[in-house]
Amino acid sequence: MSDLDLKEPVARQAQPDAAGAPVAPVSPVDAEALGVGKSFGETPIFSDVSFRLARGEAVALVGANGTGKSTLLRCLMGLIPVTSGSVRLLRQDVAAARTAELRALRARIGLVSQRHNLVPRLSVLSNVVQGLLGRHPGPRHWSHVVAPGASRDAAMAALRKVGLEEFALRRADRLSGGQSQRVAIARAIVGGPELLFADEPCASLDPAAGEDVMELFFRLVRDEAVTVVFTSHNIDHALKYGDRVLGLAHGRLQLDATAASLAASDLRGLYD
Amino acid sequence: MTDFAAPARLERPSAIAFLGYAAGIVIIVWCFAGAGFSLEKMATAPPRFADFIDRAFPPNLEPDTLVRLGWKMVETLQIALAGAVLGVILSVPIALLAARGLIAAPWISQVIRTILGFIRAVPDIAWALVFVVAVGLGPFAGMLAIMVDTIGFCGRFFADDMEAADKGPAESLTATGARKTDVVVCATIPAATPAFISTSLYALEKAVRSSTILGLVGAGGIGIELKVGFDLFDYPTAMTVILMIAVVVIGIEYLSGWARTKIIGDER
Repeated sequence: MSDLDLKEPVARQAQPDAAGAPVAPVSPVDAEALGVGKSFGETPIFSDVSFRLARGEAVALVGANGTGKSTLLRCLMGLIPVTSGSVRLLRQDVAAARTAELRALRARIGLVSQRHNLVPRLSVLSNVVQGLLGRHPGPRHWSHVVAPGASRDAAMAALRKVGLEEFALRRADRLSGGQSQRVAIARAIVGGPELLFADEPCASLDPAAGEDVMELFFRLVRDEAVTVVFTSHNIDHALKYGDRVLGLAHGRLQLDATAASLAASDLRGLYD
Repeated sequence: MTDFAAPARLERPSAIAFLGYAAGIVIIVWCFAGAGFSLEKMATAPPRFADFIDRAFPPNLEPDTLVRLGWKMVETLQIALAGAVLGVILSVPIALLAARGLIAAPWISQVIRTILGFIRAVPDIAWALVFVVAVGLGPFAGMLAIMVDTIGFCGRFFADDMEAADKGPAESLTATGARKTDVVVCATIPAATPAFISTSLYALEKAVRSSTILGLVGAGGIGIELKVGFDLFDYPTAMTVILMIAVVVIGIEYLSGWARTKIIGDER
C-alpha cells in the first residue's frame, strides 16, 4: 500500500497476517482466495491476491481499467483457471473440483455480468427459467414452455422481485438496458444462490438506471443475506453498497478495508 | 504547424513483394492461355449470338409446352426445397461437431471440417452423377445431391456462425452450472439463429439454381428439357426454359430476401 495514498483501514475483516495467511473472520467463510495469480501467456495480470469473504458480506472490488477485476471474478468462479494460488468457494476447492462437482458448486452461485448476457431471441421468462439449469439440467429447463410448474413459479417470483412480471413473455431483446439488467438479476437469484458475483452491473446503464439497478440488487441480496462480490468503477457505489472494499492496482491487492473506514478520496490512489 | 513532411503517397514495394506481384500477373496470363482466351473468337461471337437469339425468339409459348415445362419446374422446386430442408436439418448436428471449442474434441472438429471441405470440393452435378448411379435416374437422385451439397455448405457456415456467436449468454449459463449441451442449446444456437436463417435461405437459393441443371445428368427437374431443346435445335423451347429458370430463380431470391428481413430484421 506504500505507493498509494490510502487511508489505513479502521476495522479489517480479513487482512492477511504477516505470514500471508488470511485471519479467520468470525462468520463462516463463503469464499477464500489464497495467493491467487493470473497471467495470460507471458503477461501477468495480478499475483498473490488473498482475501476471505464472510457469510453475508458485500465486497466491492475496485481498480483502474486493466487491473484484472473481471478476470479475478472469473478466476473465483472457475470460469478460467488461476495461474497460481487457490480459490475455495462454499468450502470447496475450485481447481480440484471435477466437472460435475464444479457444476454443482456453480448452481449455488449467481453471476450478473456487465452486459446482461440474456439470450436475445428468447422470452424474459425463458431466460429466467434457464437460470435453474445448474440445478435442473436437461430439456425441461430450455424454455418456459416446457418447464415444470414449480420452475415457472420460481421464475415468476424472481421476476416479481425485480418488478418485471408483466414482461414475462416479452422477447429479451425488446427490453431497455435497465430492464435487461433487472432480468439478469432475476436469472441470477432464481435458484436462491448463496454467493453472488456481479461484474460492473451498472456500467452499461445511464446513471439513473444504474442507481435503480444497484438499489434493487442490494435490497434483494441483503433481504436474503447473500454474500456478494461486485466490481465497480464507481467509488460512491463501492462505498455505499460494499461492507468491505478490495482494491487492485499494479497487479496486487493494494487495499482491503471496511467501507465505513474509507472516504472517496482514499480510493482515488487506486486509479493513479 | 509541425516540421514533418507528408509521407510518400505510395510505398515502394520490397523486392519480395515485387516478385510476388510479377508472379501473380504471370499466373493470370497463364490461366487466360489455358482457358483458350481468344480475341478473334470474341470478335466473331456476337453475330453467332445474334443468330441464336434470332432463332430462339419468340420463345415457345404453346399451352401444351408451357404446362409440360411448368410441371417440370414444379418438380425442380420440389427437388430443391426437399433437398435443402433435409440438408439444413442434418447440418445442425454436424456443425455442432465441426465447431471448435463447443462440444467435440479438437480432432473430431478437424475431421468433420475436412469431410465438409471434401463435400464442398465436389460439384453438385458430380454428386448428382454419383446418386444417379446409386439410386437410379430421377428426382430422388437430384434431391440427394442437393442435400449433400447443402450439408457441405451449411455445415461449414453453421459451425463458423456458432464459433463467432456472442459468448456472453453462454458464459452466463455456464456460471449457473449448466451442462455443455444445455449451454449450446439455450445460448449458442439461439445466438447464432439469425446467421443460421440467413445461411439457410442462401442455401435454398443455391439449391434452386443447382436443381435447374441436375436434369442434364438425369437427376430430375427442368434441366433435361433444356438439354433436349438444344440437342434438337428447338431453340424457342430452350429459350422458354431459360426464361422460366430466370424468372423462378429471381423470384426465389426476392422471396428469400423478403423472408430474411421479416424473420431476422437487420440482424446477421
